[in-house]
Amino acid sequence: MDSALWALGRVSGIVSLAMLTVTVLLGIVNRSGRPLPAVPRFSVALIHRNISLLATLFLLMHIGSLMLDSYAKLNLVDVFVPFLGSFKPFWQGLGTVAFDLLVAVVLTGLLRHRLGQRTFRAVHWFAYAMWPIALAHSIGNGTNGTERWFLALAAGSVVAVGGALAWRLSSNFLENAKIRQRSLS
Amino acid sequence: MTHMTSQMPVTSQHLGPSGNNRLFAAGSNATLADHERAYGPLPEHCIDATFIGVLEQSGLTGRGGAAFASWRKVSATGQGRDGALLRSRPVVIANGAEGEPLSFKDKTLLLHAPHLVLDGLLVAARSVSASSLYVYTTAVAMPAVEAAIAERRDARRIQVIEAPETFISGQASAVVNAIGGGNALPLDNRRRLSDSGLKGRPTLVLNVETLSHVALIARYGAQWFRSAGSDRDPGTRLVSVSGRGADQVLEVAGDEGLGFVLAHAGIDLSGVQAVLVGGYHGRWVKPLDYRLTPSGPAGQTVRPGAGVLHVLSTGQCGLEATAWIVEYLAGQSARQCGPCVFGLPAMAKVLAAIAGGDRNPKLVGELERLGTLVARRGACHHPDGTLQLIQSALEIFSEDVGAHLTGNCTRMGGRAA
Amino acid sequence: MNKKLHIDWTRCDGRGLCTELLPAVLGRDDWGYPVVRHPRNGDGTNATIGPDEAQAARDAVKLCPKLALVLQA
Ligand code: SF4
Ligand code: SF4
Repeated sequence: MDSALWALGRVSGIVSLAMLTVTVLLGIVNRSGRPLPAVPRFSVALIHRNISLLATLFLLMHIGSLMLDSYAKLNLVDVFVPFLGSFKPFWQGLGTVAFDLLVAVVLTGLLRHRLGQRTFRAVHWFAYAMWPIALAHSIGNGTNGTERWFLALAAGSVVAVGGALAWRLSSNFLENAKIRQRSLS
Repeated sequence: MTHMTSQMPVTSQHLGPSGNNRLFAAGSNATLADHERAYGPLPEHCIDATFIGVLEQSGLTGRGGAAFASWRKVSATGQGRDGALLRSRPVVIANGAEGEPLSFKDKTLLLHAPHLVLDGLLVAARSVSASSLYVYTTAVAMPAVEAAIAERRDARRIQVIEAPETFISGQASAVVNAIGGGNALPLDNRRRLSDSGLKGRPTLVLNVETLSHVALIARYGAQWFRSAGSDRDPGTRLVSVSGRGADQVLEVAGDEGLGFVLAHAGIDLSGVQAVLVGGYHGRWVKPLDYRLTPSGPAGQTVRPGAGVLHVLSTGQCGLEATAWIVEYLAGQSARQCGPCVFGLPAMAKVLAAIAGGDRNPKLVGELERLGTLVARRGACHHPDGTLQLIQSALEIFSEDVGAHLTGNCTRMGGRAA
Repeated sequence: MNKKLHIDWTRCDGRGLCTELLPAVLGRDDWGYPVVRHPRNGDGTNATIGPDEAQAARDAVKLCPKLALVLQA
């Protein structure tokens, strides 16, 4: 029983992280105002939202299974308050921080129309902090975290998100950046 | 017709000033004593919601540009106060921010007749049972207004707020935004200010000249007001005249002839090529037989807007002048609404090309195409005002456009036309 | 019942989601901002939404990344 829970905890964690990576990438594409090949903008927005919700679901599975696991012995306090855990408290604490940030980002995302654009945007920025923290947690805390295939996957994700971020900060990021610039000059 | 600066007759019998010298009848830099000597006391305590009916009879329209019937604005703000239980008490704002560089009549009014504006503000506030009163104006006029407020007891609750010197700072929702602690930028126009303005309260924003007329209507009545001007445009209005000779503010009867006004401003009409009426959001007109009134057939009348009359002399290039103004206006877009932020600079560029002698025949068509892209696509009137100016320039200076595009403009160094 | 889709220009950033959802109602200008295709009385800020487009318009309101759209009666 325990080993099944342990396996579930590991797999759901990895899946959740992979989905968060995709979410971040889609979020950046969405922000550029560009569609993807054969995927219109509103679908990009919807996929971005749905994958992030799925990632949250897998994350809950990850946390739930490790709460039941007799070795990890995660308790309710550890889920929300970082750095108090019994097993690798620092690396586990990073996971808690990432979870807290994700909860804030998802809740404000779902309540965007109620909260208004300003609050939503301010909190949504935390996604950029959440992702690397979650990645660090998976490497430092995960059973497979330092295995070669996982590190290769992690490196690939870092390159992808880093590249997207560089694009995000470039002057041609917005779909209409060039023509807008031309009108103003 | 009276020059602001000339010797002013003082009315002592309190039947109301006769002739067209109404707003400056108390003289230059009028103190409270001068003001009361000229106009008599303000019957403020007699004013209530029934005054809105008097305003309606007077036919007063806004003097800030849009020429909306003042009584409608007041009545929309005052309405429903009894109906909805929780409806908060209205706010009234005297708008003295004339961002328009060619307009200076509101400043002049606030400097020389601040008490008349304060009277009007108090009257408007009473007629809608307002609880908050503001005067919003630029730094130059603030000392005069503050001094006037200090002179009288009934004005203590009026707050004076400084307006920034930007073209758009006087737009009604920008005024509300600025007083509410934000930037002086227009707000989305989905809600009407009369329903939900400053802090969500019903808000009435009236131009300072409009309020001065309100003050006089409260004293002397609608019939007196209508004794100047015409049926379709009763009362008097202030105009700011510039472009030839010294800048001056005149008070003229409603529905006055354009040429008549200019002649009285001492301008030699033979040297006038065209006149920009209504300022940077207005239109060019020539010849001068138009009448200045907000209502009337298009071919015979021209809307005075905020009362700007700017003369283009013969020998000046109307296209160049317009291109310069549009470039200025493009720079004054409040950077909020995409079509305005990007469309106006794009139009300015094309117009500058035409004015500068670029002979590409497609330029006029491109200007028109861009025009359809900015029309009615902003939170405020800025894109449409700019568009109106450009359209009137293309129409009035159409010969020059042709000359520029064929390289025949003499001023541009082309062949003599 | 027809409704009005109001564009709040102070918020819209021309990201184009609404134009994809309502291709018959909204086009895009040179800079990517939505253009009302058949403006009523020249109103370029409020698009008329028929019953067939009501659902798409609701989606656009929901998905607009800048909360720049409002559906009004
Ligand atoms: S239309 Fe132009 S000036 Fe008016 S609020 Fe929008 S950006 Fe500002
Ligand atoms: S979806 Fe929103 S931000 Fe995008 S173009 Fe439409 S109104 Fe503007």
